[in-house]
Amino acid sequence: MTADSHVDSHGAAHTSTGLSNNKLGMWLFLGSECLLFGGLISTYMLYRGRVGEGPRPSQVFDIPFTSVSSFVLLMSSLTMVLAVSAAHKGDDRNTYLWVAVTALLGATFVGGQVYEFTAFYNEGMGFTTSLFSSSFYVLTGFHGVHVTVGIIMLMSTVGIMKRSKVPGSKAETVEMIGLYWHFVDIVWIIIFTLIYLIPA
Amino acid sequence: MTTETHSTTEHGMSNAGYVRIAAILAAITALEVATYYVDLGSLFLPSLLIMMVVKFIIVVSYFMHLKFDNKLFSWVFYAGLILALTVYGIFLATFHFFS
Repeated sequence: MTADSHVDSHGAAHTSTGLSNNKLGMWLFLGSECLLFGGLISTYMLYRGRVGEGPRPSQVFDIPFTSVSSFVLLMSSLTMVLAVSAAHKGDDRNTYLWVAVTALLGATFVGGQVYEFTAFYNEGMGFTTSLFSSSFYVLTGFHGVHVTVGIIMLMSTVGIMKRSKVPGSKAETVEMIGLYWHFVDIVWIIIFTLIYLIPA
Repeated sequence: MTTETHSTTEHGMSNAGYVRIAAILAAITALEVATYYVDLGSLFLPSLLIMMVVKFIIVVSYFMHLKFDNKLFSWVFYAGLILALTVYGIFLATFHFFS
């Protein structure tokens, strides 16, 4: 909560809009993120056929592996929403548990992405091999960085909450991170379909 | 104060409800992957895009609670999304992506 807004015992924010400024700010941020990822996805779509001497997407993509990664990230959205639900009920134990599980699933996804990048590199697809490879690594790399930032936020939140140093509502803090996490998930829903499943 | 002015609204779903939503999302993902291996002909692209949009809307509506939250949040988010779709739709059309 900002200095000029507070949440009363009924959860109502005392702001000019009657809404939490933090939450409104997070939704504005996520709206602006649509433009960032829109640009990266559009650039990839434009360049995915420009493979030059390098491998084609269908030659390097491992659909079964990426499908499992996608499933892991999708399930992390479930554990995140369970963490938010527990936080709203004031159930600290389950909040910590689900936040930690979410971070673990996120780390599994990022680990899978590192493995995938390494495999692609070994198959001759470097960052500068072709326009396709450059736009692919930038898009999926940016997404991976977002997941990593989400993991750091999740783990930091658990640490801060355990020290009871969360300013304002604990539930709202978890909800903010949850919104960010779900956004990262919906971006992957788009990337998985447009980049992996639809052949160039 | 109305419910719409609450910063933390009633989310309207139980944990079992969230698990059901996740099961639906997992099933749609399985169908998406299946389209990669099954020849659907001209239905391949539309079916994949429809499933992608359905998954997107389910996550945004239920996991991100836009369905239950104040409409201003929906406006703020969808405004950014529609702006992105418009700008990059024009961008791709300029480079003859759709032709």
